[in-house]
Amino acid sequence: MAVITAPAPAGHKAPASPAGGRRSRKLRDNLTGHTFLIGAVLCFALFMWYPMIRGLVMSFQRTRRGETTWVGWDNYIRIIDDPSFWIAWKNTFYFTALALVLGFAVPFFVAILLNEFRHAKGYLRILVYLPVMLPPASALFLFKFYAYDPSEAGLFNAILTALNLPTSEWMQSPTMTMPAMVLASTWMNMGSAVLIYLAALQNIPGELYEAAELDGAGIWKRIWNVTIPQTRLILALLAMLQIVATMQLFIEPLILANGAGTQDSATSVAYLIYQHGFFQNDLNGAAALGMIMLVVLAAFSAVYVRLSTKED
Amino acid sequence: MSVPQYRKVAALALVAGLGFSLTACSTKSDDGGDTAGGKVTISVDCQPVAAQKELLANWNADVAEFQKQNPDITIKSVSVGEQCNNPPDFTARLAGGTMTDVFYGYMTDLQQVLDSGKAMDITEYANKDTIPTWDSVDPALKEVFTDGGKLYAVPVKNYSMGLVYNKTLFTKAGLDVNNPPKTWPEVRAAAKKIAALGNGIAGYSEYSAGNTGGWHFTSLIYSQGGRVLSEDGKKAAFNDAAGKQVLQNLKDMRYGDNSMGSRQLLQWADLLTNAGAGKVGMFIGAPDSTQAIVSQFQGKYEDWAMAPLPGQTGPAKGTLGGGEGYFFKAGLSPDQVKAGLKWIAYQKLTVGKGQLDYARAKPQNYPVGLPQPLLFTNGSEAQKQELELRTKNANVDTANFKIFEENPVPIQGEPRNAQAIYAVLDSAMSGVLTNPNANIDALLKTAEEKVNQLLAAGS
Repeated sequence: MAVITAPAPAGHKAPASPAGGRRSRKLRDNLTGHTFLIGAVLCFALFMWYPMIRGLVMSFQRTRRGETTWVGWDNYIRIIDDPSFWIAWKNTFYFTALALVLGFAVPFFVAILLNEFRHAKGYLRILVYLPVMLPPASALFLFKFYAYDPSEAGLFNAILTALNLPTSEWMQSPTMTMPAMVLASTWMNMGSAVLIYLAALQNIPGELYEAAELDGAGIWKRIWNVTIPQTRLILALLAMLQIVATMQLFIEPLILANGAGTQDSATSVAYLIYQHGFFQNDLNGAAALGMIMLVVLAAFSAVYVRLSTKED
Repeated sequence: MSVPQYRKVAALALVAGLGFSLTACSTKSDDGGDTAGGKVTISVDCQPVAAQKELLANWNADVAEFQKQNPDITIKSVSVGEQCNNPPDFTARLAGGTMTDVFYGYMTDLQQVLDSGKAMDITEYANKDTIPTWDSVDPALKEVFTDGGKLYAVPVKNYSMGLVYNKTLFTKAGLDVNNPPKTWPEVRAAAKKIAALGNGIAGYSEYSAGNTGGWHFTSLIYSQGGRVLSEDGKKAAFNDAAGKQVLQNLKDMRYGDNSMGSRQLLQWADLLTNAGAGKVGMFIGAPDSTQAIVSQFQGKYEDWAMAPLPGQTGPAKGTLGGGEGYFFKAGLSPDQVKAGLKWIAYQKLTVGKGQLDYARAKPQNYPVGLPQPLLFTNGSEAQKQELELRTKNANVDTANFKIFEENPVPIQGEPRNAQAIYAVLDSAMSGVLTNPNANIDALLKTAEEKVNQLLAAGS
């Protein structure tokens, strides 16, 4: 962050102690910057760090009859013993992997495609970005009641029927739950990724493509040898961000599957936290699971931080 | 002012502004909730939402009239949604301590409220002085809100479940509306005929999400003579023949006959929306579910009738009973508790007033003449007066509920930790309703394991 430095007033006298003087001068010089920082620090402290610390403390406590006691690792043991615990992790990783394949590749190729267009660029970009502007809850209700209706009246089933293909029960089918959630989630979120890729693509010097073309490279070779190497940092960064975001999968199961879905087929780790905290009167267990999730996500975030430092 | 100075001032102003806003957040904006100069202010939730126009107008009129009669009491009404206790919202309010002074809860919420340590023991305040009809209130209902000899809430509504059926669809399917199914095999046969009407109609519909699946499973297993928890409440007891029969019946209807419709994972409003749209032949519910169908989901009273809950081979061995009450937030002054009790007495437990003002409700789109609630003890003066007033002002055809009323099924309460158990049992329900190859034994075993685990954790 750039720090705004106030100019030293004219005729400023040297302080008696050089070390203390340097400190106080440095402090004075950076006063404005620090003052501005207080707001952000307060906000973070109040709404991010305090809840995190509180969550950590709660994960080692239990409240019964209004009395809170320390219970050591009990909540963690109980949460890991929950038959839904491993299912939730398996589902979450499955969703993340699927979202990475679908939600990562699709926006990248859409961006390449949009980048190739000479006309109606702005119009197409708005079109791709439009779903991002729709509130996630509304978008998911559209999918739930319109697209994923398990009867033949559902949009997707109507299309499948018209194509003489077998229909699906979508969110009610344990095998389709995850792909259906990824599809909806990709549709909802890909607009932002497309725009970021587009910006990255436009930074690639045109000469590289021209040179490749002169060397006789076709479209795939150009993508493989020019586009991907030139955007690989952005690709890696977005992949990491996406992993961290998709692992917090929550609203999709909540709305599309009314929570856990068919026999836990939609239960994600974040949803399991919600279930323990808000349905099972187990806020301490929820806090323990939240901490476990934090550790896992922190590992991915560390990779992200390393990558972004590399880019700087 | 030079630019750097200007920036300093701006930064200071920003911080000061933030400080003010934080202070505003932490200051108790609720200036009421205390006693000042002999005046008492209490906040009460479950005020009807704006969409419930008539109910809201009634509530507001009740508040005005009550305050006129008790000039020292001010009621601050708070609306917390159409379904006054949506479990996650309720938990959040309880955890955050943001409930109103007098707050609505289900009978199943006692445990959770006590665990939060935020409820008040009202034993010494609940009496004839604060609630004139108190001695007539059914002791069984008071018992539900009592723990260790201490009373924590005032019961204001109760229900028990039966078989709710659509007479219009019955007639269309060639079924006798005066002879509804008495056993689950008869329900299955009727459901098959109703579903044969096509047009997306489910012969029988059932919940399987948002805790409602587990709630209905409980009633269904009671009908089979089974139970959810062991006698001491420490172990799951549903993984037995009765539990298996419940799931088998549902599986047979869903996949054997395809008579339960294709859309599953239904929760509270989903089923009632379908029912209001005339797409449900039968479901299990309390008499007031017809009220929800009509007032919230555009159905018609004349379509609906009720029979007792069916059993497997004869009458049901039991049915689920539940209800609602009002808790008191810990830390209220004695005057506030008394004021709260007086308000509940006026609005919920006085014949001819509030929810029991049947003359006012008669012309409104609100049912009068349903067989429940039954808040007062059988034979008590209050009960006589209430039934008389109810019959006199009935605006629904009471004949539709006659079979239900005349064939009472033994009522069983909800299990300890009900909401947590219901969340687990949702999974067993969704299993048989969405997977044609569901393994009932495995579903019940998993649910049993989870329930035992959460009971062990809670004890």
